[in-house]
Amino acid sequence: MEFQIPNFSPAAPELAVAAIGLLMLLLVSFARRCASQIAWYLTHLALFVGAVLTILVSRDFAALVGKLFVQLPFGEFLRNFGQIALAYLGSSEMNFTFGQMYLADPLGDLLKVMVCAAVSVGLLYGRRYLQDRKLESSEYYLLILFATLGIMVLISAGSLLTIYIGLELLSLSSYALVAINRDSVRATEAAMKYFVLGALASGLLLYGMSMVYGATQSLGLVDIARSLVDPQAANRTVLLFGLVFVVAGVSFKLGVVPFHMWIPDVYEGSPTAVTLFIASASKLAAFAMVCRLLALGMWDLVDHWKLMLLIVAIASIILGNLTAIVQTNLKRMLAYSGISHMGFLLLGFASTTQHGSTNAYASALFYALTYVLSTLAAFGIILLMSRAGLEAENIDDFKGLNKRSSWWAGLMAVVMLSMAGLPIFVGFFAKFFVLQAVWSAGYSALAVLAVLMSLVGAFYYLRIVKVMFFDEPADMAPIEACRGVRVLLSANVLAVAVLGIFPSLLMQVCVVVVQSSL
Amino acid sequence: MTSLPYLSLSIWIPILGGLFTLCAHSDRNAPIARFMGLFFSLAGFLITLPLYSQFDASSSTMQFVERTSWIRYFNAHYSLGVDGISMPFVILNSFVTVIVVLACWEVIQEKVAQYIAAFLIMSGLMNGIFAAQDGLLFYVFFEASLIPLYLAIGIWGGPNRVYAAIKFFLYTLAGSLLMLLAFIYLFQQSQGSFDLADWHVLKLDMRAQTWIFWAFLASFAVKVPMWPVHTWLPDAHVEAPTGGSVVLAAIALKLGAYGLLRFSLPIVPNASQAMAPIMIALSLIAVIYIGFVAIVQTDMKKLVAYSSISHMGFVTLGFFIFNPWGMEGALVQMVSHGFVSAAMFLCIGVLYDRMHSRQIADYGGVVNVMPKFAAFFMLFSMANAGLPATSGFIGEFWVILGAIKFNFWVGFAAATTLILGAAYTLWMYKRVIFGAVANARVAALTDINSREGVFLAVLAVCVLAMGLYPFPITEVMHASVADLLKHVATGKL
Repeated sequence: MEFQIPNFSPAAPELAVAAIGLLMLLLVSFARRCASQIAWYLTHLALFVGAVLTILVSRDFAALVGKLFVQLPFGEFLRNFGQIALAYLGSSEMNFTFGQMYLADPLGDLLKVMVCAAVSVGLLYGRRYLQDRKLESSEYYLLILFATLGIMVLISAGSLLTIYIGLELLSLSSYALVAINRDSVRATEAAMKYFVLGALASGLLLYGMSMVYGATQSLGLVDIARSLVDPQAANRTVLLFGLVFVVAGVSFKLGVVPFHMWIPDVYEGSPTAVTLFIASASKLAAFAMVCRLLALGMWDLVDHWKLMLLIVAIASIILGNLTAIVQTNLKRMLAYSGISHMGFLLLGFASTTQHGSTNAYASALFYALTYVLSTLAAFGIILLMSRAGLEAENIDDFKGLNKRSSWWAGLMAVVMLSMAGLPIFVGFFAKFFVLQAVWSAGYSALAVLAVLMSLVGAFYYLRIVKVMFFDEPADMAPIEACRGVRVLLSANVLAVAVLGIFPSLLMQVCVVVVQSSL
Repeated sequence: MTSLPYLSLSIWIPILGGLFTLCAHSDRNAPIARFMGLFFSLAGFLITLPLYSQFDASSSTMQFVERTSWIRYFNAHYSLGVDGISMPFVILNSFVTVIVVLACWEVIQEKVAQYIAAFLIMSGLMNGIFAAQDGLLFYVFFEASLIPLYLAIGIWGGPNRVYAAIKFFLYTLAGSLLMLLAFIYLFQQSQGSFDLADWHVLKLDMRAQTWIFWAFLASFAVKVPMWPVHTWLPDAHVEAPTGGSVVLAAIALKLGAYGLLRFSLPIVPNASQAMAPIMIALSLIAVIYIGFVAIVQTDMKKLVAYSSISHMGFVTLGFFIFNPWGMEGALVQMVSHGFVSAAMFLCIGVLYDRMHSRQIADYGGVVNVMPKFAAFFMLFSMANAGLPATSGFIGEFWVILGAIKFNFWVGFAAATTLILGAAYTLWMYKRVIFGAVANARVAALTDINSREGVFLAVLAVCVLAMGLYPFPITEVMHASVADLLKHVATGKL
């Protein structure tokens, strides 16, 4: 058999990140004294290069710049944002390389750029926190970088094997990250739980994948999809058996009921900077996994996985919201609310009615992106409030924030109200988009239930606002942060508000991306 | 001729002005914040005046229309417009905001800029509610307006403010979420349109209409508030700062009634007619039962709050008897109540600022030390009781007229308000104002200063002018009300 040199260019972002990561490993082992400095800069470089290459390699970047800034006046630009995004993201077909192992499409590009940006921003938010606790080390940045690489591989995965490789790279790095503060009992306990449950979930997923492979004789997602078209071709019993395990593995990664047990402990136990990573970028990885495995690979089993996802989603929305009410620890509250958010995301995803159902997938994608945006801001503010000796993780630590700093209290209020799904903030449109998809798929009862639960959700988010604005402060220590973090965090929250006024900007992109990818 | 986008300006001047005022957030800059607040609220008010002067009263179509694409995927538009029903409320709202800013001048000493910003932003959002001609846009304004009021009650309110603020928020949110589902349903039934004009002509069968009616009612009944979902209002009123009470009574309560008129009646006319007996019964309960409840109150603010519920019962009664007297009477009653209840709460605020008590029992003989105040308070109390020659009379009289045309006994029951209203208002007035000076603290009271005199006088002029010559307000409503009634009578089946 003749050996063909594969086309490396679609995989350039991952290759670049991996190369810089390996280089970093080498450098930091020689440079003892300024190792964490080097790692800090190289990590950002890697993420930047990864994002830029994603944009550059996949499509014609010059055309984008031309379109954005030369040809169109601003108003026109706002109105036709989706079309421009399509023109830039280019062809609708998927680019496969390395056989079917690897694929690049607009959905993947969008998620990868978002992941790189989110990780980079998260690192900036968390740096002072780590320095205060003497946790900043080159290992931390290395682990973050390799976890990000895992996410990118996962997003671009075209076969079951690649998915598994990406997932494991992400998971193993995450276990270590949770335990980065090895002297903390809470953190090591969390890491242990995360590891044991995560290993179990990986096992389940792998087991499911082996069933699917056994039934279809293929690992590539497109091949699997092809062989499922004919109902006689593959053994349905084995397939469904495998599907259950695959859904379980995916649910674990998303952190939805009944595979949510690890979420609260890990969120609470990890250093907040690590929680930020697990709560934001990893969710995009899980979302990509759901898209690839279910919407692309196993579309013909839609009736089965849809039902599973709907049950999981509703259970998560109910349990997440009800349990979040009684939390006194803010990180734990965000953990439970995150469970319910993931439930909402799955609810949107499972409202699919036909192959490539734009309404459902775009609503889930929009939900995922806006969730990451507001989670970044929420944990960013927790990181900002914390200092040496204070974790600022209890709701009471936010007491009277308005008296200490109106600006940060206002921004936190925006984030909380957005997560509660109140207009004028983007969280409202995310929920609205999902509800609308759910309703048009015919699940009106589920829509009513979801709405009632978001009322419950409003209660505990409002409590944070209440604590910040109505209570008296317990300590008056000024809130310190370097200018860069202040500006970035403010911009992040303003994005939540601005996207709430002009949701079309992101919505059109999601719609177009979904139309050309799924 | 290109005219200014008055509606957009009336929305965005207060909102942006409010955000701008936040820049003076330190309490050292409180005087600057106050003047900025006054400037932006006056600008916001003045920009709404052309809405009246350039309004074409002979037409029932939307005027001052602005429309541009907002959310392409949902085909939602930034679509504004006013007709004879909504236009007076935009002006009333902007006017009340000026009063609120004036009323807080010396009273609020803490977080002044935030207080003023909250009310300016709320004013802009409320104008948005009255002007929105797109369902999604309406909903966004409708829900967003909760946030500033929630903060206003919670930060500057009374001792039990946290409970009141959260109760207010969750009550209203619960209702509006169900309305959102009704909007989604209508969006899908109308082949992807959020345009109110499309919804008005959308054919719906009776079953769908009934569901939508209840979903809308869940939202609007809480806002009105109708018996039995009124319990948040006394709490919110009692705990809110004076400005909050004024905005709640003068504007926020109108949102529910306006919603019934703009959404329930035209979108689900048949269901509205079918449910009219229930609505009339609920309205009469509000008028009579809540009237009795008001009599026994010992807290002045609570008393006025209950009287507001009773008056709003009159408004919903006027809507659901489906004749021009009832509907126009109800609209006049809404505007009049905007002036009168605002004035009542301001008067109580004047007393509260001096004595820090709202208990009727703490007062007595105030007329001896505050004669000017007693005169103003007298006028507003009479208006609240519906005395002829005040604005309170016109609306009540018309609604009773319409109700008698509809059914004698309904009209008879409604007319008891004239007795009940007089009983609770004037009895309170007697106990607070007349008699011998009750205690040393009352004896130490000082009469109103010029600032308080200004806003009370302005409101007094409005109340009297409207009572003596209501034509300028009713004139602009005729065409729109007639059109709406015709639409409801035609039905959709």
